[in-house]
Amino acid sequence: MTELLIDRPIGTWVPVCSYAELIPERGVCVLVSGRQIAIFRDFGGRLYAVGNLDPFSGAHVLSRGIVGTRGSEPTVASPMHKQVFSLVTGVCLDDPAVSVPTYPVRVREGRVEVSA
Amino acid sequence: MRVVVAGYGPSAHRLIETLVTRGFDGEIVVVGEEPRPAYDRVHLTSYLTEGADLGYPVPPGVTTLLGARVTGIDRDGKAVVTDDGRREPYDVLVLATGSAPFVPPVPGAERAFVYRTIEDLEAIRKAAESARHGVVVGGGLLGLEAADALRGLGLSTAIVEIAPWLMPRQVDEGGGAVLKGHIEALGLGVHTGVMLERVEDGRVVLKDGGEIPAEVVVFSAGIRPRDELARAAGLEVGERGGIVVDAGMRTSDPSIYAIGECALAGGMVYGLVGPCNTQAEVAADRIMGGESSFGGADMSTKLKLLGVEVAQFGAMGGALDVTYMDPVGGVYKRLFISDDAQTLLGGICVGDATPYTNLKGFVGKPLPAAPADLLFTGSGVQLDLPDDAQVCSCNNVCAGEIREAIAVQGLTDVGGIKSCTRAGTTCGSCVPMLKQLLVKSGVEVSKALCEHFDQSRAELFDIVRVRGITTFSQLIAEHGRGRGCDICKPAVASILASLHNQHVLDGELAALQDTNDHFLANIQKNGTYSVVPRIPGGEITPDKLIVIGEVARDFGLYTKITGGQRIDLFGARVEQLPQIWKRLVDAGFESGHAYGKALRTVKSCVGSTWCRYGVQDSVGLAIALELRYRGLRSPHKLKAAVSGCARECAEARSKDFGIIATEQGWNLYVCGNGGFKPRHADLLVSDVPTDELIKIIDRFLMFYIRTADRLQRTAAWLESLEGGLDYLRQVVVEDSLGICADLEAQMERHVATYFDEWRAVLEDPDKLRRFTSFVNAPGVPDPSIVFETERDQIKPVLVPLEVVRK
Repeated sequence: MTELLIDRPIGTWVPVCSYAELIPERGVCVLVSGRQIAIFRDFGGRLYAVGNLDPFSGAHVLSRGIVGTRGSEPTVASPMHKQVFSLVTGVCLDDPAVSVPTYPVRVREGRVEVSA
Repeated sequence: MRVVVAGYGPSAHRLIETLVTRGFDGEIVVVGEEPRPAYDRVHLTSYLTEGADLGYPVPPGVTTLLGARVTGIDRDGKAVVTDDGRREPYDVLVLATGSAPFVPPVPGAERAFVYRTIEDLEAIRKAAESARHGVVVGGGLLGLEAADALRGLGLSTAIVEIAPWLMPRQVDEGGGAVLKGHIEALGLGVHTGVMLERVEDGRVVLKDGGEIPAEVVVFSAGIRPRDELARAAGLEVGERGGIVVDAGMRTSDPSIYAIGECALAGGMVYGLVGPCNTQAEVAADRIMGGESSFGGADMSTKLKLLGVEVAQFGAMGGALDVTYMDPVGGVYKRLFISDDAQTLLGGICVGDATPYTNLKGFVGKPLPAAPADLLFTGSGVQLDLPDDAQVCSCNNVCAGEIREAIAVQGLTDVGGIKSCTRAGTTCGSCVPMLKQLLVKSGVEVSKALCEHFDQSRAELFDIVRVRGITTFSQLIAEHGRGRGCDICKPAVASILASLHNQHVLDGELAALQDTNDHFLANIQKNGTYSVVPRIPGGEITPDKLIVIGEVARDFGLYTKITGGQRIDLFGARVEQLPQIWKRLVDAGFESGHAYGKALRTVKSCVGSTWCRYGVQDSVGLAIALELRYRGLRSPHKLKAAVSGCARECAEARSKDFGIIATEQGWNLYVCGNGGFKPRHADLLVSDVPTDELIKIIDRFLMFYIRTADRLQRTAAWLESLEGGLDYLRQVVVEDSLGICADLEAQMERHVATYFDEWRAVLEDPDKLRRFTSFVNAPGVPDPSIVFETERDQIKPVLVPLEVVRK
């Protein structure tokens, strides 16, 4: 688990928590420059970061959804009304017209960093 | 148009229901002499034995005049008069006056009861209280029903039948002999081929000189159409009674129809619910300008009387016949076949009605297999019903209609077929056929839980139990695929919790939980949570009540009393939950599991301690039950209640399990439901002592937990359980599967390993750490959560959705 990085050449990297703190297949929420970002660690150890705002309910809750897979796509289901979002693209798999923003996330020396 | 209906039984109900459903825009007035709307007479016995609610709902917009009898028809003035002096004008009059039980003209007949209305049943019940012996005169279908009722009331019961064997209209001599064996084995006396001489005080005397002791005598020797109104009005009636009608159910007066047991259609009076319903529908169609007609009806019958299946279909004779008889097992099956051995004509079954289910649709058609094979169950013969084969004779639904509904509406279960076609909604005897049609329609009735598991929840439960699996990862690696989803993860979490009772946030389990179980609180629409401390039985001390009030005040929570006799505190942010629970736990509160698919509450009325009507301590029992089953995770939430007397103030019959006190002990009702589709709970056992009651609830709950689908409440579970309530009773009361000891042991393990999961969180820093809004800013409250004030309490301010979904 050395380099867990989804490449996106923007912004500055902000350290938010220790990687070991993250429970596999569970999310946490971080606050970066006023934005709520949900960070997930999947079963294989890979990290994903998406907006915490659930576009269907208007509540900031996606970090509390259940992580899983649909086909080979890693997903999170909104805890409010169970719409499923791709953790890779942020697109809602139940309603592709809706999506949530995704953010670059990586691990540096045991710290999780996001770029927002 | 003004339609007046004289008589308010099941046929009248079907008529007005059909009119209303089809959008009839005139006025409908129903005059019924009983003090209540129509009710289901097919299941009358269950009223006595289980207190079943048999009433049909009055369709909207219909005027009912109850407890009133039509006494005359003024055909010229087009009006009826009633015994309370009303005059009801009509454009169309429908006579649905039904029939009266035939009372044989023997001395002492006035001492006897009849078996037709709820009043009759009440009178029999009252008489039975001081009686030990009962006799039913008449060994037909209704007579055996009545005998079952007397037996259920605790009377030593005998049946007297004039014909040489029982149920002469449904079975032949051989079937009658096997039936007699079954009924005698139940301890009932059977006297056939003998006439009644007279009824005396405490006994009946037979023509052959025999005497049978009987304080309660019930006549059930046939029916006579009630045609006196029609007769007096000069309408044509049959030689042996019955109002003559044409194929459109119209009498000799074109403004007057007659339907049901009072009508003589094609020279026949029909006493079965199926043909009477059809007649009602035909009349309704004609009233609305339609042209449907009644051309006679299939008189096939299938029923379970005194625990014995009896069925008859098609003809009761033929050139050839094939008989299977097993006097040891009490099974008799006979098929009638045309002289060229090609065509099935009919059949008789006693003790095993499988041929009815499989073969009824083939009457008049080529035999689908060799007759001998057809009479053996499970011989591997695969039969496909022809499209025009009638499946539901009560509602006249054919196989083709059901197949079409399955295909067009995409139906996948019996419930769907029932609501789309009405098949199976009256007597239920065709439900096995509906299941076969579903399976054979090529509709893949998938039992797969989700894309990750091909198994049903019940199958996964067995895999986890038998293989001793303790983690989701092992289960999905060995029996599924992928990494799960919001369907299978909570379902497996629930199975693991039911079996192993670990903390739901321990290790890998934490990742399986829905947000409610993950934060041990109920998520609300703005992302905050609500808190419900357990208040067993709804009993709480003033001191504890004050603590709840102080906590709510100090954390600014919206407070509301729940329907389950507890208090819900709303608007807590995740980081507040441990602080709130610290205070509640310190004051002696425990988790109320309002967030879990688990036992919620056991509601109670105030019971015999305070209430002047109470006969048992309902509060004490409710508390004991709530403490016993607290923390029990199940396929869906579980609600319960205990009422201290028959007034039922705790509304126990709307619960998954409800207990109502009796003078002798407790009645246990199961599988009730409020919610989207309300269902009254069914009586499982009556008058049991407390220890016996708890044992049966233990088994019931564990059997449900083992076998139900995900998110299937007990009500839907029972509806889907093959064999229904009888089967459930066999399993959890009579131990027919031999699993009761195992179920009890499983519940004992649950009770012994219970702990308060909120206290455990407060004692575990690792779990406590998860209760933060932002891991990089633990002290910062979520700025998106905003409240305003309404009626002196907080109320969430929501982000407008169009902004969110821009």
